[in-house]
Amino acid sequence: MKTVEELERIRKQAQAMTRLREGGESIKIVVGMGTCGIAAGARETLSAIMDELARRNIQDVIVTQTGCIGLCEQEPIIAIVMPGSEKVTYGKVSREKARKIVASHVVNSQIVGEWVIATE
Amino acid sequence: MQFYRSHVLVCGGTPCILKGCKAVRDALIDELKRRGLDEEIRVVETGCLGPCDLGPVIVVYPEGTLYERVQVGDVPRIVEEHLLKGRVIPSLTGEGRLAGVVGYEEPTYLASQERIVLRNCGIIDPSSIEEYIARDGYRALGKCLTEMEPLDVIEVVRQSGLVGRGGAAFPTGLKWGFTANAESEQKFIICNADEGEPGTFKDRLILEGDPHNILEAMAIAGYAVGASCGYVYIRGEYVLSIERINEAIEQAKVFGLLGEDIFGSGFSFDVQVVKGAGAYVCGEETALIESMEGGRGEPRIKPPYPGTHGFLGKPTVVNNVETLANIPPIMLNGAQWYRGFGTSKCPGTKVFTMIGDINSKGLIEVPMGITLRRVIYEIGGGIPGGRDFKMAQTGGTSGGCLPREMLDVPMDYFTLPEVGSALGSGALLIMDDSHCIVDIAESFMRFFVRESCGKCVPCREGTARLHDIIRKISQGNGTYEDLRLIRDLSHAMQGTSLCGLGQSAPVPIMTMLKYFKDEFEAHIKNRLCPTGTCRL
Ligand SMILES: Cc1cc2nc3c(=O)[nH]c(=O)nc-3n(C[C@H](O)[C@H](O)[C@H](O)COP(=O)(O)O)c2cc1C
Ligand code: SF4
Ligand code: FES
Repeated sequence: MKTVEELERIRKQAQAMTRLREGGESIKIVVGMGTCGIAAGARETLSAIMDELARRNIQDVIVTQTGCIGLCEQEPIIAIVMPGSEKVTYGKVSREKARKIVASHVVNSQIVGEWVIATE
Repeated sequence: MQFYRSHVLVCGGTPCILKGCKAVRDALIDELKRRGLDEEIRVVETGCLGPCDLGPVIVVYPEGTLYERVQVGDVPRIVEEHLLKGRVIPSLTGEGRLAGVVGYEEPTYLASQERIVLRNCGIIDPSSIEEYIARDGYRALGKCLTEMEPLDVIEVVRQSGLVGRGGAAFPTGLKWGFTANAESEQKFIICNADEGEPGTFKDRLILEGDPHNILEAMAIAGYAVGASCGYVYIRGEYVLSIERINEAIEQAKVFGLLGEDIFGSGFSFDVQVVKGAGAYVCGEETALIESMEGGRGEPRIKPPYPGTHGFLGKPTVVNNVETLANIPPIMLNGAQWYRGFGTSKCPGTKVFTMIGDINSKGLIEVPMGITLRRVIYEIGGGIPGGRDFKMAQTGGTSGGCLPREMLDVPMDYFTLPEVGSALGSGALLIMDDSHCIVDIAESFMRFFVRESCGKCVPCREGTARLHDIIRKISQGNGTYEDLRLIRDLSHAMQGTSLCGLGQSAPVPIMTMLKYFKDEFEAHIKNRLCPTGTCRL
């Protein structure tokens, strides 16, 4: 290592590896993984989200799961929580829709209005 | 880059290894593969997380859920319920002592703790230099080498108020100053990881959990005093520590953080591991140096001190693992920041391995000056079986014993000596009221008889005689005259022994006589052991 800048570059890259363990403000994607959700294809939705994030090399997003929220007919359900904004819940999120939501809402902060089932 | 939605940290510290964490880790990896989750969830093996007696311990991030006593049979459930469906499994989060969900914001089991030395332990993968760098690793070294003169580095360490954590509490800045001022072509840095104190395993867990921290600190020390060569003296049984530090040395060399011309500063530094053979006295700095030079592990007469006449007769800094672990954060955040922890006379934190009659055993780091009461009842979860606290021994076998009346004395390097005790290195042994003081004294002395190297008379003879007398008392054959003899012998040993072993061997007995005299007297006068431990 010849310069401090070089170390700084490695640090920035490496932080992606440990960010999950650090806490702090991050965009959160919550996938409903109750029995109803899984039956409706939530597993595939989750995989599509993961794949899309990896493809776009996005690291500062937390993906977690939740159980049934009582809107079984709307499953698969995902919710996006941006720091400082309301939680936006989408229903009937297929793989394709999931990818679109990542691209539009998570990357560009544009809510995809037509699929939203709740905001709180 | 791969995106992981969850990290499962499996504690890979030696205590957890002994409880089978490797099998749990393997089962976890297999199960994740089988369920097709291995691309989404990363399994990370870390150093000690702290609650060693609850091992094997795992923590699931981003939630920060801590599962304790995880068995291979629990793995499918954790994967199915938690990692796939996102439901925490309450029955595996313990009896509520660790309050299950720790959360990374304010992990409950860390709530009263302060983590400087252990800041990375249990959070990073110790075999990954990148993870160390991610958490500001080697930035302090970069700062020192590119922005500071060696004397400025020493000045910051001096101002921080850091004193040695190996037991003697010598001011680290002052120590570095002696070596920096000594004229010599060659100087050395030695990290003392001999850790022979029974019940102490903090240095081991620091090395296992965060080896780069020590390498960075040694390089900073080398720059500060003008040394280009460092040695880590580790006891041979510490297999994992040795493995991890060697691995870290190789990585640091590849990254150019050890070796020639680090950060283009012209400063070069290399580190090697030396294995110790396990004698307690070899942790004493001059005996350590003697053994590194191939001699018998016996202390040398001081002065001269290692700071000016150390390894191969050259100026040498010998520092404890924990002392060094404080250096990178101090250099990065400044002396004032460090003085914000602990007490004004004794800043910083202290790492302890908590053992004995305490609910929560394991590795903790607390602010200097914390009281025994808070450690035992807030962090340690109290004494099992609702029994009463009898005594605590701070600082390992040669530390003093504190009775119940001392529960509120601030624990630091300057206050404890005032009550005849010492903070020592790292073990905190808690005993409940079922133990007999005379019996404990006998077992401590037995240790010193075995470990006395025999070089000087006061210790060689003194430890043996003290042991004889105490055994005599424990057998119901003691006299009041014996108590006087113990005191005289102790004073002679403290004043005339060559090294710290003989000087401090009487400390536990002296404090016991001071605080538990009636128990000795019961053995003598009534030929009765109040706890029924001794066979009279
Ligand atoms: C019998 C005996 C055993 C010791 N064992 C250790 C040890 O295991 N580790 C250690 O760091 N210091 C040990 N010391 C203290 C060292 O001599 C020395 O003071 C210390 O390594 C200096 O480092 P520090 O200033 O960072 O504390 C021992 C001292 C004595 C007398
Ligand atoms: S005090 Fe004990 S251990 Fe130290 S040199 Fe003397 S005999 Fe050896
Ligand atoms: S070794 Fe696992 S918690 Fe300490």
